[in-house]
Amino acid sequence: MTATQLFSVLLTAILTENFVLCKFLGICPFLGVSKKVNTAMGMSVAVIFVMLISTAVTYPINTLLVAKHLEYLQTIIFILVIAALVQLVEIVLKKYIKSLYNSLGIYLPLITTNCAVLGVVLLNLEEGYSFGISMINTLGAGIGFMVAMLIFAGVRSRLETADIPEFLKGLPSTLIAASLTSVSFLGFSGVVDGIFGS
Amino acid sequence: MAENKCSLRKEFTKGLLRENPVLRLVLGTCPTLATSTSMVNAIGMGIAATLVLVCSNIVISALRKVIPDKVRIPAYVVIIASFVTIVQMIVKAFVPALDAALGVYLPLIVVNCIILGRAEAFANKNPVIASAVDGLGMGIGFTAALFCMATIREFLGNGSLFAEAQDLLGVFGDNVLGGFNGITILNTPMTIFILPAGGFFVFGVLIALSNKIGDKKKLPKAELHGCESCPLASTCSKVVSEREDKKI
Repeated sequence: MTATQLFSVLLTAILTENFVLCKFLGICPFLGVSKKVNTAMGMSVAVIFVMLISTAVTYPINTLLVAKHLEYLQTIIFILVIAALVQLVEIVLKKYIKSLYNSLGIYLPLITTNCAVLGVVLLNLEEGYSFGISMINTLGAGIGFMVAMLIFAGVRSRLETADIPEFLKGLPSTLIAASLTSVSFLGFSGVVDGIFGS
Repeated sequence: MAENKCSLRKEFTKGLLRENPVLRLVLGTCPTLATSTSMVNAIGMGIAATLVLVCSNIVISALRKVIPDKVRIPAYVVIIASFVTIVQMIVKAFVPALDAALGVYLPLIVVNCIILGRAEAFANKNPVIASAVDGLGMGIGFTAALFCMATIREFLGNGSLFAEAQDLLGVFGDNVLGGFNGITILNTPMTIFILPAGGFFVFGVLIALSNKIGDKKKLPKAELHGCESCPLASTCSKVVSEREDKKI
């Protein structure tokens, strides 16, 4: 695993294969919690945190499943492990690190059924990444989620003062704004290959 | 008996239009956007999700008196995940092309909010048959919305209709319908419509349209209410604490 490879995986996950805007994972929080910049920030930090620990925990579990030829149990076991893990982290934070709990803890339960977390775990396996690359890819996916959330929170705050036709008010205008934000990410396609020349 | 039939029909039809899960309740947005790039994918995804929805609704409703209230969400998740695994195996065995096309979105049916949402909102309060009918109606509503979106996206973005239809028809043997594999209509399609950006755009326009139609029937607008619309709202500490803040 070379440094170039690491950077190329990281940049691909953040820019060209952005989780929200290119793979449609984690759309619910993207549309639902992106009204204010600081809630968007809190949500995305919590998502990055949960994604990283889920990847770290499910990777060894998957090795065990593969060794025992129980691959078909992946979906059931992963969703349970992630749900239990989130509950555990919430309890630990509440008891020992009160300040962190106050800023992140409230978002944790929401993330259990967030498709981005299970999605990143399954995608890492599908790609056959090693543990290190899986973690980097997860970090990139999380940062990509944060970038998309923050940009979109900014776009939405401008949208609130705009004069929109009545039938587009609310969700339709939000979705069309998301479409335009996604167009801007199209511009990144080829950037990673261009930098690393692969 | 007549009354019973009438209410069952009501449970069935509400999922199609009045409470369409995608266009009115705005649930399951991730699979809707991701798998509506071609009509064949949309139908495959719709059928898979409907199967899981009907089966999980039946089992959850049958077990509704056995499952303790405190652990109901994990129990539901296990039931749903089991059916997703079964559907995944069936798709892998009989329709491998569809499995390749849907990829990670097939196992992600587990976290589809429509399924958990119906379990929480309907199946754990109602008898088995009503829950099955509700699941079927919601599933067909989901498939219909997905199909609608996929038709627009595939026609404008790829210039074709039913491209790669043999992927699905292959289940019934070789050369079904004379080897029909879709028709190409536009020679220079607008590729942007099958890219993610087009997905958001078409979804936005469809929601606007359904709002316009809903307005005439005095239905509330389709809207995401942040966390309040999440099916897990009743168990979520964030929503509960926000509600308490409002009360004070």
